This record gives sequence, structure tokens and C-alpha cells, in this order.
Amino acid sequence: MSLSKRFGRTVALAGLTMTVPRGEVFGFLGPNGAGKTTSVKLLLGLLKPSSGEGWLLGRPIGDLETRRRIGYLPELFRYQGWLSAQEVLALHCELAPLPRSSWSDEISTALDTVGLTDRAKDRVSTFSKGMQQRLGLAAALLGEPELVFLDEPTSALDPVGRHDVREIIRGLASRGTAVFLNSHLLSEVEQICDRVAVVDHGRVIASGTMDELLSGSAVKVRVEGLDDAAKSKLSTFGDMDDEGDQLTFTRLKAERVPELVSAMVELGGRVYEVAPRHQTLEDRFLQLLEAEEK
Amino acid sequence: MPPILVIARLTVQETSRRRLILALIILTLIVVGFSAWGFNKITTVTGSSGTVLPPEQVALVSSQLLIVVTFMYSGVLALSAAVVAGPLISSEVESGLLLSMLARPLRRSEVVIGKWLGLAVLIAIYAAGSAALELAAVDWATGYLPPHPVQLVLYIGAEGLVLLSLGLLLSTRLSGITGGVIALVAWLMGWIAGVVGDVGIGLQNTAVENVGVVSHLLLPTDGLWRGAIYALEPDAFLATLRAAGTFARANPFTQVDPPAITYLAWVVVWFAIALILSIWSFRKREI
Repeated sequence: MSLSKRFGRTVALAGLTMTVPRGEVFGFLGPNGAGKTTSVKLLLGLLKPSSGEGWLLGRPIGDLETRRRIGYLPELFRYQGWLSAQEVLALHCELAPLPRSSWSDEISTALDTVGLTDRAKDRVSTFSKGMQQRLGLAAALLGEPELVFLDEPTSALDPVGRHDVREIIRGLASRGTAVFLNSHLLSEVEQICDRVAVVDHGRVIASGTMDELLSGSAVKVRVEGLDDAAKSKLSTFGDMDDEGDQLTFTRLKAERVPELVSAMVELGGRVYEVAPRHQTLEDRFLQLLEAEEK
Repeated sequence: MPPILVIARLTVQETSRRRLILALIILTLIVVGFSAWGFNKITTVTGSSGTVLPPEQVALVSSQLLIVVTFMYSGVLALSAAVVAGPLISSEVESGLLLSMLARPLRRSEVVIGKWLGLAVLIAIYAAGSAALELAAVDWATGYLPPHPVQLVLYIGAEGLVLLSLGLLLSTRLSGITGGVIALVAWLMGWIAGVVGDVGIGLQNTAVENVGVVSHLLLPTDGLWRGAIYALEPDAFLATLRAAGTFARANPFTQVDPPAITYLAWVVVWFAIALILSIWSFRKREI
């Protein structure tokens, strides 16, 4: 635990401490450069930590035997363009290593799951980026791994593909596979993850189940006529996300909403819309990052 | 199949599917065809007396010409080995291709050795195949065969393996193009340092001679090339060279003595060092 990683003078990860339970879909969130991919590479043993230690499926990270039980779709996905999709998967079956008798079934099931059955014999060099990402996902699913790392698994996919990936992740979770999901797409994470951790500047700044993290409610107000001085007076009502005419207040109880509207009117604001709602992961994510900046 | 052999097979498959093997086969057949025609001309050209050359002169001219042709083959092999080995690891690290593979139970040492092995097999096949074709063509055209054809294949093949090993070592740290260029320049510098060493022998200047000795130790390509030359020289020609004394030794296309056993033992150690360094360097690399 408390993994850290430096690249020269750059601190990529400064004391990462977290636990990912088996059989859950774990969302790992953070802004660009927060250390998400570095964390995954450390856990897979592709990078060596500068300090600290970690455990994966009960074994120290980097353990060769553990890798038999893991699937991985890298953020930078690339497969041998001179091989066919089927051959790439056969290569991964061989390296996994899976019993040769199971390859045929494993490959056809994986190709079917990601929707590439009709392109099985085509060379990967003829694939679009989205298809290559699907192929990478198929490779990660081979051999029914106990833990699957998916680093931005939908970055090259269209909306249908994203939907398919959500279904695949749900399918993995239903059969007891733990999924470690790195994603920028907060709505996606919100839909499928049981538990999330938010990382920034190489540190986990919040973690917990989705319910624990999104316990508060939020109120979105469309209001005109408020200057910065007036807006700053409203900060007593809770954490405020200022997007010009749209102000979003988190950690604000519903019974205080009339009081908030009165205060806005007194400060000269013209209120057009007040929409109380449950806090979204995006609200919470932005709130956490802003708090971290302060 | 053990992971090393899987990687070796993949390397052979890649060169084959990228049509490098096909290109080399076609080019070699063209060169063999041309050289057969050229060597055949040696038997029909007439000298100042207006008669064709006697068999012993045909053999002498053929042996010298064959050394030059072999130099071209060794160049093709060295160039191919350096260009193919240069990006062998670096390009796959840069593209991310190795990420998903190294997340499998695959050691980095297995990747390095597997890739070396795959290309080594291709180099050995090319060295043996091209030598067999060329020697058969020369034999058909002139009736001449060099005295040690097996040693010739071993020396030329080993020269290719040296450049493969150097290219692979550089590939663990540098981009493909940089590693390939460095390996090629090192090969040429090794050859030139060997020529400088020859000049030292001719001048009987130990310091200059040592330039060649040291370069042969640092990069054994030229040392092995000298072994290939020796394997191509007929006994009569060697006797003439030996009789001519020191000056006969000061020529990059002649070789009076075969490489010493201790030198060949050093070449084996050199291969081991290069591979161990490659494995160490790749293990240390952040990907």
C-alpha cells in the first residue's frame, strides 16, 4: 500500500492507498495527468514503484502467476497489424496461457461478446480504432479472468459501442469478476460502478461506494444580474459551482432552497429556474477537485 | 509452446508478413543470377595473348571476385540485421503493443531472448541459403569452390548476429531509427578500424595495429569478416600471401591466418554480454 512513483523529478503518484474488493466494479477517476494510468501500470507490474507495496488477488504486485488471472485493456491499445483478429487472440491465449483445447471456444466467445465475429479473419491493420479497442477488450476477456483492468475502454467507441461495453462490464460483474475501470466519462462510471476512488496529483482524495460519495443533494439555479461580489455572499449556502448564469450548489439541504432564492432576489438577481436534484458524480467530482485546489 | 519460442515465432511471422523475407529472396536470386553470368565470363574472356585464362587463373580470379561478392552479401545481412533489430523492442514500447503482452505471465527476458532467437534463425537461414546459392552458381560458372564453405556461412552468419545483438541492445533504450543508424555506423567504423589495423601491420606500428585489435574486440563484425575471407582463399593464394610477408597482410580483402580460437571464444562471450545487457536494460525501462 501507499504506492508512489516518480519519473525523474516528476511525481506521478504520491502515496496511493486504496483497496479494491473482489467482484466489484471499481471506478478510478481523476483529471488528465492525475496518475490513473500510472496506477494501473504499477498494479500490473509494468512499472516498478519508487516506494510502497501493493497486493493483487492476494499476491504481491508484479507476481507472474497472478497475471494468469488478470485481463488488461491498455489506454494505448495496439495489436499486431499483420495478424488477424483471431490470431491476436490466439497469441494472448498462448501467452495467458490457456489450455489449447479451450482456445477455439474462448476466441469465438470473446469475438462474439465484442461484436467482431464477422471480422475474425481480417488483418488488424484494416481495423478502425474503435474495432481495435473492441479487439483489445476481447483479449482482456480471454480465460475468464478474476480481475480485469480497463483503461479508458470506450475512448474510441461510438455511443453504441459504449453501451455494449457497459453491458460487458455488467456481465463481468454478474459472474463475480472484479473490474478496475479508469474512465473520464463520469456518467458511465456512475451507471456501472459499485465503488469509486478519485485521484488527483497522484493521491486518492476521496473513495467509497457510490452511495457514500453521492450522499448530498444539489440545486441548480439559473439566475441573471448577480455580480461576483453578490455570488461570493451566496457561498454560505454550500459549495458553489459558478458557470455564469448557472449556479450549482452542492451540500445544500432542500429546506434551505427558498432561503437561497430570497437571498438571490435581495442581491438583485432575477431567478429563472430552480432545479433541486440528487448530486451527480460530475458535481461531486468537480467539488472534490475544487476543494483540492484550495 | 514456451513464451520464448512464441515470441521467436511471432518475430519470424512479422518479418515474413511484412514481406522482408520475400524481398530478400528475390534480391538474392537476382544477385545470384547476375553473378553466375559474370563468373561465367571469367572462363571466356581472353588475355593479352588472345587465349582464354588457364584453369588455375580462373580459380584465382574467381576466388578474389567471390570475396568481393561475399562482402556485398555480408553488407546486405549487416544492414538488414541492423535495420530490423533497431526497432525490435523500441517500436513496440512506443506504440503500446507490448503493454497488453507484458501484462501476461511473460518475462521481459523472454521477450528479448525470443526476439533475438527469431531473427537469429532468419539470419542463419539467409546466410546458409544465400551462400549455398552463390557458391553453386560460381561452381556452375567456373568450376571453382572455396576451400571452407561451412566456415564461410558460420562467419558471415555470426557477423549478422553481432549486428542483430547490437541493434537489439540499442532498441531497449533508443528509437528504432536511432538504434539502426548507430548499429550501421558502428559496423562501418569497425570495418574502417580493421583497415587502420592492417595499415599498422604493414607499417609495423604496434599502436596503429592495436586500433584494429581493440575494434575487433569491441565489435567483432570485422574480426568475423576476416574469418570469412580466410574461408574463401584457396591454398595457393594463401601460400603467395604468406611468401609476400607483412605487406600482404595490410589489405582488408585478404587474410593470412584464421581467427584464433581465443578470439572466437571472446565472440561467444561478447554475445552473452550483449544479451545480458539487453535484458538488464529492458528490465529497467519504464513502459
